[in-house]
Amino acid sequence: MDKNKSPLIHITKRSDIPWQRAWLIRLFALVLAFVVCAIVTTLLTGLDPLSVYQSMFDGAFGSERKVWILGKELAILLCVSLGLTPAFKMKFWNLGGEGQVLIGALATAAVMLYLGERLPGPLLMIVMFIGAVGAGAIWAAIPAFFKARWNTNETLFTLMMNYVAIQLVAFFVIVWEVPKGSGKVGVINQTSMAGWLPTIGGQKYLLIILVVAVITVAMHIYLKYSKHGYEISVVGESVNTARYVGIKTGKVIVRTLLVSGAICGLAGWLMVAGSDHTITTTLAGGRGFLGIMVSWLAQFSPFAMIATSFLLTFMARGASEISTAFQLNHSFADIMTGIILFFVIGCEFFIHYKVHFRTKEGKEIVDHV
Amino acid sequence: MRKKSLIWLLVLVVGCFMLLAGCGSDDKDAGDIKAGFICLHDENSTYDLNFINGAKEACENLGVDYEIKTNIPEGQECYDAAAELVDAGCGIIFADSFGHEDYMIQAAKDFPDVQFCHSTGTKAHTEGVENYHNAFASIYQGRYLAGVAAGMKLNEMIENGDIKADEAKIGYVGAFTYAEVKSGYTSFFLGARSECKTATMEVTFTGSWYDETAEKEAANKLMDRDCVLISQHADSMGAPTACEKRGVPDVSYNGSTEESCPNTFIISSRIDWAPYYEYAITAAGNGEAIDTDWTGTLETGSVQITDLGGKAPAEGTADRLKEVEEALKSGDTQVFDTSSFTVKGKELDSYKADVDTDPKYKPDTEVIKDGYFHESEYRSAPYFDLDIDGIKLLDTAF
Repeated sequence: MDKNKSPLIHITKRSDIPWQRAWLIRLFALVLAFVVCAIVTTLLTGLDPLSVYQSMFDGAFGSERKVWILGKELAILLCVSLGLTPAFKMKFWNLGGEGQVLIGALATAAVMLYLGERLPGPLLMIVMFIGAVGAGAIWAAIPAFFKARWNTNETLFTLMMNYVAIQLVAFFVIVWEVPKGSGKVGVINQTSMAGWLPTIGGQKYLLIILVVAVITVAMHIYLKYSKHGYEISVVGESVNTARYVGIKTGKVIVRTLLVSGAICGLAGWLMVAGSDHTITTTLAGGRGFLGIMVSWLAQFSPFAMIATSFLLTFMARGASEISTAFQLNHSFADIMTGIILFFVIGCEFFIHYKVHFRTKEGKEIVDHV
Repeated sequence: MRKKSLIWLLVLVVGCFMLLAGCGSDDKDAGDIKAGFICLHDENSTYDLNFINGAKEACENLGVDYEIKTNIPEGQECYDAAAELVDAGCGIIFADSFGHEDYMIQAAKDFPDVQFCHSTGTKAHTEGVENYHNAFASIYQGRYLAGVAAGMKLNEMIENGDIKADEAKIGYVGAFTYAEVKSGYTSFFLGARSECKTATMEVTFTGSWYDETAEKEAANKLMDRDCVLISQHADSMGAPTACEKRGVPDVSYNGSTEESCPNTFIISSRIDWAPYYEYAITAAGNGEAIDTDWTGTLETGSVQITDLGGKAPAEGTADRLKEVEEALKSGDTQVFDTSSFTVKGKELDSYKADVDTDPKYKPDTEVIKDGYFHESEYRSAPYFDLDIDGIKLLDTAF
């Protein structure tokens, strides 16, 4: 090799990296992120960064109630992310999580409103569940069917389906609004509590957390040990390989998106029946997009996704605490979240690639981050 | 040794408390209570800023500790925020947005020892939850005054020959087809028409309480339809800035827009929440009952009009506003005087309004007595939802 021609910096793909090393890099990135955040905090606000971090921590863990709220938020975000995971693992760009959650929520709300007083509790719950899961599954399967049949662009299709769902919800909000003209449905069945998920041991959010825990384990098994899971990874790696080994890719795409949408719809069910008990166009709250980050950061591993959704939920809860405690604008908390995510996502680069610097002696120094 | 100093410390602390309690014997003493506030957005929204300013002012006047939670959506987050404020030791908690109501009721049921007050809500008088309360202000009086200023401006434009008498058309950017909005634009229109008899109005709805682009577009559309004066019930700067750009006079809401619209700003009305907050915190601190429905008025200082703009208002507006304000205070002028408006060509002598909120919107309360529509009397939130002649509604199906 002609050493004079080698560039100042060049980058090679790492074939493999021991997991301890990978986590060390991630930890280092996180520490670095907090240092940068501390500098930014001091420069912009003049506050003591340690007390800001303390307050963030308190926002997430400061009381028993805060821990439960954190748990619920984490569970719902994780549920949406789990829904998106099989699609993304198959390299199907499902940007329609938001709409799938909303349509599930809409179905749940409709059943609660129209059948809440008519059906006995357990049966009502089953109908709500089937409605939500079915609606989410269908919402995701429509773009999948078009992809499988006519190879339409799923990124645009799923994205557009979000707007259709939002408009549908907006329409029904006007139909169901109370009082007239207010554009708000309000809490559904507030007095009868028909269709509300039961509290377990006095804890409002425990059932939500348990349901999502079960889905997490199930998704791990589905992706890792089932034939379906294997087919998803093969289609994700290469559609042609999949065809060559005799996998019917169209069928796999539609089937996977049915699963994907069903779990997103289930998240909508959890939110309407278990937590918010209402329907609004903003109910999904961006989780359909945030979930993509959770899923990718965890490299589609359901258990690692617990950690990544914890990170994002912790940041959100901590951020809102900062703005209350120090009367700082939420935008400042967003800046901090941005910095931390920049480092966390950025460090993945150093996990997957090596950076080499040219030296005078012509030897290469491998970056040891 | 240690124990002794601890006892001394205790004595000192108790002594201080007694001293403080002894000092604060004037009627504004709110006792030892902490107030919590839940806001839909933060200070970047004029609506929430108005609440935040009121909260800070009231708490500082009373010398009580407070905590403000901003950017709380109208969902379970509101319940969670209320519960967290209870944990933080708040004895009274306020929320500012209409959609917070059901979650505040839920919290009130779960924490019976804490007082929950909700601005703009409609359910306190029917819900029967003792520690849950609603509040609003007779803002229709403020709107009416702002309307008087608008009517005088129209008259000036007619006199100057800028428009003909039958071209005095007002444009109004509304949020939803909700009673609060209807009550607002109708009182504004009646104020304007009390000055300018030929005034008419067109109202368009954005379907959102805060959507700067939609509000700007709505104002532009109204101006394209030859509206010569614009007002709004939506919370952004969209409409006022659109007016400034085209030189069309504007009556804004929630606060003065003089600074960014110096050439077109006439006047604005707003609710000052500080009087209510002071009242409720003081009552809660002293263990006294808080009104289930509290309606602030011109007298309580809850209904405010801002200073007039420097350039746009017609001459003599300030003096005329003083006269009308006095007439409103004394009751000589009623905003919704039934002789001043007709519905489908007829003057009304009876109307049942939907005062008790229910999913079927059932009209339940007779609200016309003594020759006027009794607004904000049977509950604090407005329930005037008549479509009167002279006002044309566009895009009600946003």
